[in-house]
Amino acid sequence: MASTEEIRTDLAEIVNEVAGVDADDVQMDKSFVDDLDVDSLSMVEVVVAAEEKFGVSIPDDEVKNLKTVGDAVAFIERAQG
Amino acid sequence: MNTPDTTASEHTRGSSRITPPTTGGEASILGLGAYRPRRLVSNEQLVERIDSTDQWIRSRSGIVTRRFADEDETVAAMSVAASRQALAEGGIDAGQLDCVIVATVSHLLQTPSVAAQITHELGATPAAAFDVSAACAGFCYGVSLAADMVRAGSARHVLVIGVERLSDLLDLTDRSTAFIFADGAGAAIVGPSDEPGIGPVVWGSDGERFDLIRQETPWPVDPDPGEEPDPDSHKGAHVLRMEGGPVFRWASFEMAKVAQRTLEATGLTVDDLDLFVPHQANMRITDLMARALGLPPHVVIARDIAEQGNTSAASVPLALRRLVDDGSAHSGDLALLIAFGAGLAYAAQVVRMP
Repeated sequence: MASTEEIRTDLAEIVNEVAGVDADDVQMDKSFVDDLDVDSLSMVEVVVAAEEKFGVSIPDDEVKNLKTVGDAVAFIERAQG
Repeated sequence: MNTPDTTASEHTRGSSRITPPTTGGEASILGLGAYRPRRLVSNEQLVERIDSTDQWIRSRSGIVTRRFADEDETVAAMSVAASRQALAEGGIDAGQLDCVIVATVSHLLQTPSVAAQITHELGATPAAAFDVSAACAGFCYGVSLAADMVRAGSARHVLVIGVERLSDLLDLTDRSTAFIFADGAGAAIVGPSDEPGIGPVVWGSDGERFDLIRQETPWPVDPDPGEEPDPDSHKGAHVLRMEGGPVFRWASFEMAKVAQRTLEATGLTVDDLDLFVPHQANMRITDLMARALGLPPHVVIARDIAEQGNTSAASVPLALRRLVDDGSAHSGDLALLIAFGAGLAYAAQVVRMP
């Protein structure tokens, strides 16, 4: 089972690949849209890549609830649990 | 005695044989036509009502301009213009057409079909004529039906039209649709050929997700004459709505798999392709599909959306026509077509360029 920090690091790598955001900026309290400038379509790409990376399912209805990096990490942790 | 008296005639029920239809041969696209409405609409002309910018629209969709039809550029008029070009390019007279299929969701009269009207205006009467409601997938549905007709022998030449006047269904204050949809018509002649020119179709639907792209409310059966149209929504409530995120995800990722299955069904790989012509939904969907497919650099990717917007059923034939006109497509090229949209519905096939 991956630790919270491992999930954050892997997620940061995905956000970097999809949206070109510096991975070091992808911290738990950051909002994808407001702080990291990840637009809604890029967010979909992040979600699809995260599903593959973490072996979880993130339904359409959940995507809009993932406002911050912390929200996404928490969801992935629960889904893996 | 209450059984019928059969001694009176020689007739034995069900004993006669049906002569089967003549079977056809292979089918190909013989000609392509397009009609692009006169009125060019820039992003700047739309941004105020959706509190947006040209840059925002470009980054979300790749759309720079689109065309909206004027009053005289009706669904039928645009279709007839595109069809005449397709007929001329294919060297086919309207009188040779056996069937006319029109894919559209924006002919605002439910019955009769606009196909019958177009058939008459082209001088193709008494060709069979009907409309197809498969939204953005409509043109590829039509090509599949037409190819099957030619191969089965129920028609020798079929005209397939994809046409939309989505500006009639647009809420220009809706940030998720106002800048995307547009108007136009494209047409293809499907007819007999020595070699197979239209590969197997991979198609399907998913009605569980019927509400992701939809007309907001049905046409009123008995409209209230006192009803005031919403001034911010210039066509009242009968507008298109779209759930952008889920549609983007479905189109970008699930449709790439359908495209891959289509290549497999056709016995081809991406290396065999010359052209990739997806429904012009959003440039970012096109880019993601191209990446997922692993298209090699020699494959030309249709990007008509930049100038034309998303014209739903018209987008694939319009994009094909542009590739021919700008010299990117050559006769004999293999093109992978894939179209997808409301329903949800999708269809894909490989075709050889006329």
